[in-house]
Amino acid sequence: MTEAIRIEGLRKSFGPLEVLRGIDLAVDDHEVVCLIGASGSGKSTLLRCIDLLEPVDAGRIWIEGVEITAAGVDENAVRRRIGIVFQAFNLFPHMTVMRNVTLAQEKALGRPAADARANAHELLTRFGLADKADDYPDRLSGGQQQRVAIARALAMEPDVLLLDEVTSALDPVLVAEVLDTIRGLATTGMTMVIATHEMGFARDVAHRVAFLEEGRILEQGDPGTMFTDPHEDATRRFLDRIIAAGRM
Amino acid sequence: MTGHPSPGPEVSFPQGQPGIDPRLPGGDRRSRILAGGAGRNTWIAVVSTVVFFSVAAVLIVNSAGWPTVRFFFFDGAEFAYAFPRIVARFRWNVFIFCTAEALVLVLAMFIAVLRSLPGPVFAPLRLLAAGYTDLFRGVPTILVILLLGYGMPALELHGLPQSDVFWAIVALTLVYSAYVAEVYRAGIESIHPSQVAAARSLGLTRAQSLRHVVLPQAVRRVIPPLLNDFIGLQKDSALVAVLGFTEALLRAEIISANDFNFTPYVALAVIYVAITIPQARFVDWLVARERRRREATTQL
Repeated sequence: MTEAIRIEGLRKSFGPLEVLRGIDLAVDDHEVVCLIGASGSGKSTLLRCIDLLEPVDAGRIWIEGVEITAAGVDENAVRRRIGIVFQAFNLFPHMTVMRNVTLAQEKALGRPAADARANAHELLTRFGLADKADDYPDRLSGGQQQRVAIARALAMEPDVLLLDEVTSALDPVLVAEVLDTIRGLATTGMTMVIATHEMGFARDVAHRVAFLEEGRILEQGDPGTMFTDPHEDATRRFLDRIIAAGRM
Repeated sequence: MTGHPSPGPEVSFPQGQPGIDPRLPGGDRRSRILAGGAGRNTWIAVVSTVVFFSVAAVLIVNSAGWPTVRFFFFDGAEFAYAFPRIVARFRWNVFIFCTAEALVLVLAMFIAVLRSLPGPVFAPLRLLAAGYTDLFRGVPTILVILLLGYGMPALELHGLPQSDVFWAIVALTLVYSAYVAEVYRAGIESIHPSQVAAARSLGLTRAQSLRHVVLPQAVRRVIPPLLNDFIGLQKDSALVAVLGFTEALLRAEIISANDFNFTPYVALAVIYVAITIPQARFVDWLVARERRRREATTQL
């Protein structure tokens, strides 16, 4: 196996607040890693740093063996190889679903319009959204919008896909359809890093679970061990709170 | 009072309300109140409007100076004579403001984008754009027209146009681009950063994100205030008269001076109102449509 992502000593502060305090993480090709931890533990910031949406203060990141935090790296080229899906979908509201999925294929990858459309149509069909292609995002349910956002990211054929609490903004009944979509992706061998509060889902889908607290990865391991017999007290306390809240 | 159970203390309506039958079931009574209220409000609005304007008209017509004012400002024959002649010159105003509007759309966008450029490298450009808007929002339009209209031809530079109309269009474009640039900028800043994050995350460059994601949404949002500025520009096309170019206002002034009557000015006012009112209603309609769309989306 080769490494899809390697992170060493990653630090990030917003003003006086240090959100990431030295993150080390390696993700293999075709591996699914779930990041768990309380809100504010740094999960989202970590994902945004990997996609270079936030400049890092210290530390290095490699994608497929190439350092992306080196000086003189073409950020746009890096982002084309990394897909990210946001909690609030962030679809482009002034474009149809089809255009949302084809825009970056054409403008960033230089694909011919016909190829981009064909590719988008295939993805939308796979996610059960073929009949929504000509609708605007505000006509879609939250679950449908999030699946369009996933299709939009996948259309770029990224090396890795980052998912940032993609079900947190959804109605409980819509969560399942999005999680099923992600499960499907995992079976196709997509390399994914998933920040999530859905512990049941994390246990099902993850090859490895990493627990973040106060900007550090406190503990990581296979889901069976992490959810039943974690080493750290902090992990246990976090999981106890999750169970008490009825989320697992 | 009614059939449905009330858990708290009974709410009692004031006695003797007109038009409400206390024996009606709750739901019907509620709709009766609302419907009756709306109808009554319309009536009050109509009556108060009629009364107000009748009183105002009576006061004006019975004032001591009314016969003189009517003679000098509302002369029917003078109106009939002046109106077509002013309309003939008003075509120049239309040409001036239409050309200026087209140029403003482009120049203002350019300035707004300059001002929105991020990073320390672009500080001089941002400063330049900010200085431009400060300058041209600060100087009265009539001064800009005078300075450019008399000043630029006076330079006698080879190849520089001498035409009044040309410099009037330039002056109006410069002034109104400053206002419209601020309108555009407000629109650009109203687009949530998450939209840019989504665009950049797909590998689009900063320029592509601006071009395909930010600007189309920003422009759509600012169409109503932009059209308001255009109405202002259209009215300011009358300022071109200060250069001695016979557009509609100067034509009205000439007729007025010849006939010793102010009715031509009233005729010109009618023309301006006739073209600006439909635009103002159009803006209202756009705003209302936008609000309806937003509400429909929220309910989804």
